Amino acid sequence: MTPYTLKQAAELLQSKKISAVELATEYLNAIDVRNPAINGYITLDKELTLAEAQAADERIAQGNASALTGVPIAYKDIFCQQNWRSACSSKMLDNFVSPYTATVVQNLLNEGMVTLGRTNMDEFAMGSTNETSFYGATKNPWNLDNVPGGSSGGSAAVVAARLAPAALGSDTGGSIRQPASHCGITGIKPTYGTVSRFGMVAYASSFDQAGPMAQTAEDCALLLNAMASFDPKDSTSLEREQEDYTRDLNRPLTGLKIGLPKEYFGSGNSADVQTALQNTINLLKAQGAELVDVSLPQTELSIPAYYVLASAEASTNLSRYDGVRYGHRAAQFGDLEEMYSNTRAEGFGSEVKRRIMIGTYVLSHGYYDAYYLKAQKLRRMVANDFQTAFAQCDLILAPTAPTAAPKLGELNNDPVQAYLSDIYTIAVNLAGLPALTLPAGFSAEKMPIGVQLIGNYFSEAKILGAAHQIQQHSDWHTHAPE
Amino acid sequence: MALSLQDVEKIARLSRLHLTEEEKTQTLQELNDIFSMVEKMQSVDTDGIEPMAHPHEAALRLRADEVTETDCAAAYQAVAPEVRNRLYIVPQVIEE
Repeated sequence: MTPYTLKQAAELLQSKKISAVELATEYLNAIDVRNPAINGYITLDKELTLAEAQAADERIAQGNASALTGVPIAYKDIFCQQNWRSACSSKMLDNFVSPYTATVVQNLLNEGMVTLGRTNMDEFAMGSTNETSFYGATKNPWNLDNVPGGSSGGSAAVVAARLAPAALGSDTGGSIRQPASHCGITGIKPTYGTVSRFGMVAYASSFDQAGPMAQTAEDCALLLNAMASFDPKDSTSLEREQEDYTRDLNRPLTGLKIGLPKEYFGSGNSADVQTALQNTINLLKAQGAELVDVSLPQTELSIPAYYVLASAEASTNLSRYDGVRYGHRAAQFGDLEEMYSNTRAEGFGSEVKRRIMIGTYVLSHGYYDAYYLKAQKLRRMVANDFQTAFAQCDLILAPTAPTAAPKLGELNNDPVQAYLSDIYTIAVNLAGLPALTLPAGFSAEKMPIGVQLIGNYFSEAKILGAAHQIQQHSDWHTHAPE
Repeated sequence: MALSLQDVEKIARLSRLHLTEEEKTQTLQELNDIFSMVEKMQSVDTDGIEPMAHPHEAALRLRADEVTETDCAAAYQAVAPEVRNRLYIVPQVIEE
């Protein structure tokens, strides 16, 4: 009776065809069988999960359940939750059991959702393949030789493998959308500031944003309704009226203007990605949407700008890991300075060290103007490009990644090539816009391919509505790995 | 502009990261590759463009200067590597 979508799970619980404990047990049993091959979950605690499920059943019995009470969910290891290990997939935090709970997790706990476990990720969310995790790479459930994408690859993999009806991810440079694309699921990065960052381990604070990953746009809308809130504990949280992100789900596509940015439709895309884009364009046209050509001229420069800014923010955020208050501490050191250096050398993996050093360099005396300030100006130009485009269209259609999921190890020894693979996701983060990935086809090797819908600030409902309409007229999102 | 091994040593020192000799050489190559990609930024004319530090550029909120937190020291220090008498223990840095 394991349901396919979050909505189905909610309906089974509400109609009392299954209890929360039974549903959680079904998922935990499936995880026992399939997770060892996929390595999507890295922390499970059946007692805690079943205790939450038991509490959900009591709430349902008392008649004060919400629509999501008893529905299981997985959390990327970046989200802190009291009594759960929250390691951000790093040796540095391997022993960190959180004394507090992230606001976004608390919001879902308040709904009565049941925690299945923590999912694997690139260490400190730095990576595009999920191979930088201290706990080993996650495998793509569609083909165990391929990566699931990063950095929310564990969350994408467990949803794709039907080991959770939904999961939370985080998106700093595309880390929800790119793994969603590679695993054939749906995921949305909301407008920056919509979802609280309190209790989410910080990588690049002006980019990081949490978002839902699920089978369908409808499920993402239901989750976003519960996740989004103003949070006084997060200084960048926006004070806005609570929205209903499901409100446009049934709005037809007739008359919707979809922009096609010429910089995203070039020869850099694989033939499979081009076909997936064309599939979506055909469907949009058939449903009455109007396609218009737009331009995002700074797209190529968004990668260097992002890596300068995100690394600068990472170098300051990760300076807190010094072996004093929490996390790993080196066993061998002479003085305080050596304790810091040895602790950080042992606790961080190579990608994290690389980004810390990039950030330290671009912020150092004499280089600030040439790199950091320059990148901030480019960030403005990228954001302005989007505003020019949105004067001509409602939403933008774009590829999420130039190819389907690469093989494990394929990008390991070439950081620059790995960074370039994020070409279609990063500009959205520089601008702070919302964007969603949804499945749009398969490669010749039967690997899923996703496309993106990008919207202007606070247009999540419009994006989710368009994605839902596409999913009402296609079946790419219903396929599952064997 | 290419970095030297001395630059890498300086960056590692500022980053508080101990690197082995082998790691220094590898890092030098990787950072030089990354910075050649980053150098593309310099070709863009950004004169007169206002830097953008944050997507919404909102001013930080202020709150009333009131104590709102309870004493959580025991919970927070439970995950510390070494604590004594509610103090975090580090190697001595002040001469006796």
